[in-house]
Amino acid sequence: MSEHTAHETMTLKLIVWRQKGPDEPGRFETYLARDITEHHSFLEMLDVVNEDLIREGIEPIVFDHDCREGICGTCSQVINGLAHGGQTRTTVCQLHMRKFKDGDTIYIEPWRAKAFPILKDLMVDRSALDRIIQAGGYASVNTGAAPDGNAILISKEDADYAMDAAECIGCGACVAACPNGAAMLFTGAKVSQFASLPQGREEGRIRVTGMLQAMQECGFGNCTNHYECQAACPKGIDVKFIARLNREYLKTLFM
Amino acid sequence: MSVLKSAVGRKVIMAVTGFFMVFFVLMHLLGNSTIFIGPEWINSYAEHLHDLPVVVWPFRGFMFVMLCLHVFFGITLTLENWGANPGKYAVSKKLKTTFAGKTMIWTGLLLLAFILFHLLHFTLKVVPEVPQVLDELGRFDVYTMMVAGLLNRVVAGIYIAAMIVLFLHTSHGIQSIFQTIGLNNERTLPKYNLAAKFLSAVFLIGFSAIPVLIVTWIIS
Repeated sequence: MSEHTAHETMTLKLIVWRQKGPDEPGRFETYLARDITEHHSFLEMLDVVNEDLIREGIEPIVFDHDCREGICGTCSQVINGLAHGGQTRTTVCQLHMRKFKDGDTIYIEPWRAKAFPILKDLMVDRSALDRIIQAGGYASVNTGAAPDGNAILISKEDADYAMDAAECIGCGACVAACPNGAAMLFTGAKVSQFASLPQGREEGRIRVTGMLQAMQECGFGNCTNHYECQAACPKGIDVKFIARLNREYLKTLFM
Repeated sequence: MSVLKSAVGRKVIMAVTGFFMVFFVLMHLLGNSTIFIGPEWINSYAEHLHDLPVVVWPFRGFMFVMLCLHVFFGITLTLENWGANPGKYAVSKKLKTTFAGKTMIWTGLLLLAFILFHLLHFTLKVVPEVPQVLDELGRFDVYTMMVAGLLNRVVAGIYIAAMIVLFLHTSHGIQSIFQTIGLNNERTLPKYNLAAKFLSAVFLIGFSAIPVLIVTWIIS
């Protein structure tokens, strides 16, 4: 039996990072979240708070969200020191208020990394991840007739491995959780996904060098094998993909 | 982008130089272990080693280069990483990393200081002063030097403390080597972690045993 019934509501103290713009200094503001039930998702709880703020004439808290189904990778908040709130394999939108109790104090902060400048409040600019993808996170397809789907055979093992890597939704939690602000799990997942498939191997060399260069130019840090990224990843992307990225890079030096 | 500028390239340099230094530490431990057998053994070992200057000097040069590269890239990568993560969280929790992992730069710098102290102490024999005598076969008496040198409790304490620092550094570093050079997956990672802790514990116990046994007069 849950601690709260549908009729019971919670009141929580939120300590939220507020920042007017990219170049403005930010600060924490304290708000009360009232009338929250265990059925609210974390983002719905913020919706309720924002309604209250609007009524009080205060600018609502800006935060990123889109699908609210845990698949788009848009929501991005560090809750009580943990990216996406720390529930295993869960994005903020799928975190529910039943995980909190009446009277809790919750710190809500944006992703913090040099490569992710804060745009406003909890919203950061994650286009650096797009720039890494643009530098090689694709397999070129020549125009013409559609290729026969069965012309290139792929083993179940390779397909599964590629799918595990492709689970990355590009939310940036790995960067937010990394003590070095590194994007190695993201880049490693993308490189591994292509490296394990015949279609991706053709451009393997330019992909890994291009994506690593873009990663550095965007201002991400270097991996020191803390493995915080995997622990924070809402899709459970394994650090073996970072080892794969390292391996693919080393291949470019010797092959 | 050259290896010396690449994010992964520089980490690989850290891993490879670290690997050679771990290998050196292991060899050093095996050599030192001759002290447990007796003065005859360690003095003979030291003499044979120094009878081979064509091996010793290039090896020393190689280890010096490994150390310099490891220290240089360790410091520059750390400074870069600090720069990449400028805005600290008001509340920060970690799920996976270890104390050893988080303190690599500090344990590394402490080890650098210890290496300099150790070279001054037993290689250059400058500070603190150690007896330099010959044994009955006319060889340099390493045994007496070590026993006298480590009888001082402060000096012995420095050596033991340094070995605890080494334990921390290698317990994160050894498993890191395999991840960085790409020889890792979800099955091997726990094994590397275990092997790293085991080897680090061997270093800690093996090296610390010498000052501990000397201070307690078990080796005299």
